[in-house]
Amino acid sequence: MASKPRTLYEKIWDEHVVERSDANDDGGTCLIYIDRHLVHEVTSPQAFEALRVSGRTVRRPDLTLAVPDHNLPTTARLDSAGKRLPIADAESAAQLAALETNAPAFGIRYIGATDAEQGIVHVVGPEQGFSLPGATIVCGDSHTSCHGGLGALAFGIGTSEVEHVLATQTLLLTPSKTMEVRVTGDLGPGITPKDLVLHIIGVIGTAGGTGHVIEFRGKVFEEMSIEGRLTVCNMSIEGGARAGLVAADETTFAYLKGRPLAPKGDDWDKAVAWWKSLATDPGAKFDKSVVIDAADVQPTVTWGTSPEDTVAIGGVVPDPASFADPSKQDAARKSLDYMGLIPGQRMDEVEVQNVFIGSCTNSRIEDLRAAAKVLQGRTKAPSVKWAIVVPGSGLVKAQAEAEGLDKIFIAAGLEWREPGCSACLGMNPDKVPPGERCASTSNRNFVGRQGPGARTHLVSPAMAAAAAVMGRLTDVRELT
Amino acid sequence: MEPVKLISGKAYPFGRKNVDTDVVIPAHWLKTISRDGLGKGCFEVVRKEPSNVFDDPAYAGAPILIAGDNFGCGSSREHAAWAMLDMGITAVIAPSYSDIFSSNAFKNGILAVALPQAAVDRLMEVAKTDPITIDLEHQTVTTPFQDRFTFELDPFRKHCLLNGLDEVGLTLARQDAIAGYEARASKDLPFLAKGIAAAG
Ligand code: SF4
Repeated sequence: MASKPRTLYEKIWDEHVVERSDANDDGGTCLIYIDRHLVHEVTSPQAFEALRVSGRTVRRPDLTLAVPDHNLPTTARLDSAGKRLPIADAESAAQLAALETNAPAFGIRYIGATDAEQGIVHVVGPEQGFSLPGATIVCGDSHTSCHGGLGALAFGIGTSEVEHVLATQTLLLTPSKTMEVRVTGDLGPGITPKDLVLHIIGVIGTAGGTGHVIEFRGKVFEEMSIEGRLTVCNMSIEGGARAGLVAADETTFAYLKGRPLAPKGDDWDKAVAWWKSLATDPGAKFDKSVVIDAADVQPTVTWGTSPEDTVAIGGVVPDPASFADPSKQDAARKSLDYMGLIPGQRMDEVEVQNVFIGSCTNSRIEDLRAAAKVLQGRTKAPSVKWAIVVPGSGLVKAQAEAEGLDKIFIAAGLEWREPGCSACLGMNPDKVPPGERCASTSNRNFVGRQGPGARTHLVSPAMAAAAAVMGRLTDVRELT
Repeated sequence: MEPVKLISGKAYPFGRKNVDTDVVIPAHWLKTISRDGLGKGCFEVVRKEPSNVFDDPAYAGAPILIAGDNFGCGSSREHAAWAMLDMGITAVIAPSYSDIFSSNAFKNGILAVALPQAAVDRLMEVAKTDPITIDLEHQTVTTPFQDRFTFELDPFRKHCLLNGLDEVGLTLARQDAIAGYEARASKDLPFLAKGIAAAG
């Protein structure tokens, strides 16, 4: 057993097994220890309520961090006198109030709506050094896969599991299969991690990773920044995978060192030594392997209502009849109907009325810098009615302001907002109007995701900025 | 949780593939702090389509939903399972499920039966006129026409469903094992085990 080469995923898994249901069976249900639990307002109220009803407590409040993000309006949170402004939507206000009460009641550290560190859970975790390589990280949100960019085994859970983790600090899980996505070669100039991950999902499909944990491998990832890796892993769930991973390396250690909640002193040294030992062994076998040539990746956009509906910006809307699978033909027809697109239409002629730069996929400082670089000295097209930039956290916001990025956005006619999930899923007031199109840096182009009837095109931050300038989906390379 | 043994009755012949949880229950229904009442929003988008199965009186109150591949993909929202339960659906039959949905379904006592596409196609036909029976104990799906399909089910999940066991309670009974792990981790992995109160 000790000599069998293992993958990164298998090493993290083995390290966290509390008990196996059957000692002889590697594939059976295991009780897995959870190192870090992020909690937000939408998927936690019923879990806390269940604890209360059954008189249970939180086993390890010190491994838990709560922060509101989904429902918070992204408009000013304080009035000019520094008093908290009320939240107009009564249901949102009730959910937010529940978290604000539940966290301290159960002894959990809470970053509140008006704290400088508030932000989207998946931005806050890495930024605070709460999320660490080799850790098992869960949150009641499917994009928890994001934290895999640090080499953590991170995945989304449902509310019953939130309750299970709160009460026991463990989960009952069956091991996933392993999948390698190996990217060979280099990305072309101006091609971003978002383009790469959209391209990968286009290749493997939304069910391509089902039952698997993907490890992203190859020079491209080794050379990629942590923020880029977070973007890629964030969207591994859109490829059906339970989680995505990039092995931690010197880039990871440099990113984490000195973060407020990261290990310090002797613990740090021990941690780095252990993190280094987790890399996939030479000769370890993956259950599934996909090889992608980086040279094939173009600035990528989506045309349909599934993240797998991707096409290069220079391409055209596909003809549903061109798909081999009849059910995919049917889905494509429905998608095009919803999206108001015609087969053969050029993607770079598709006009957009809205632009959203934000979400846990693309709201970190590098994303905002990339968008600002395109917008510098330019203004949004008059036909673009609504364009907002929503930083992923208060710290990202402060950093962007220190660099003057906010001024570039505002001068270009975009709105500069407070941190949160915003128009990624339109639970707060930020929504795309019915029938209108949005170039969005988020991760889901599902029917109604950004508001009832809204039409979403997933793009990178630079591409979203280019769309804002031109009023249509645009190859950002035309502007640089 | 209520024990699940036999689910028998009408089935919605829905059949669609890649149904994501935004379709099962759109985001604007998630602003609730309770598990009840979500049935009203279940499949809201589909229900806007003329002659959809969910508003067809022929299937009213059906306990079974038949769907296509990759059912429940997308968002991890457990509200999808709560909404289906609230609408009276206690079993789904589909060729495959997203991992998160099958787990959420199980935890709420919804049986997610995976059968090959050909079997699902046949059941779609039957459902238009006749009831379907799922026998959890024997892991079979049968129809009044002598169809008999067997399905796989994790033995642990089967045991919990048959006996209506609550997972949190089961795991809390393993406190000693968890404490044992924590003692080991605080020696071997102190940087993970310490927690943020100590680190901060
Ligand atoms: S930004 Fe979007 S995807 Fe990310 S956590 Fe918020 S709602 Fe989920």
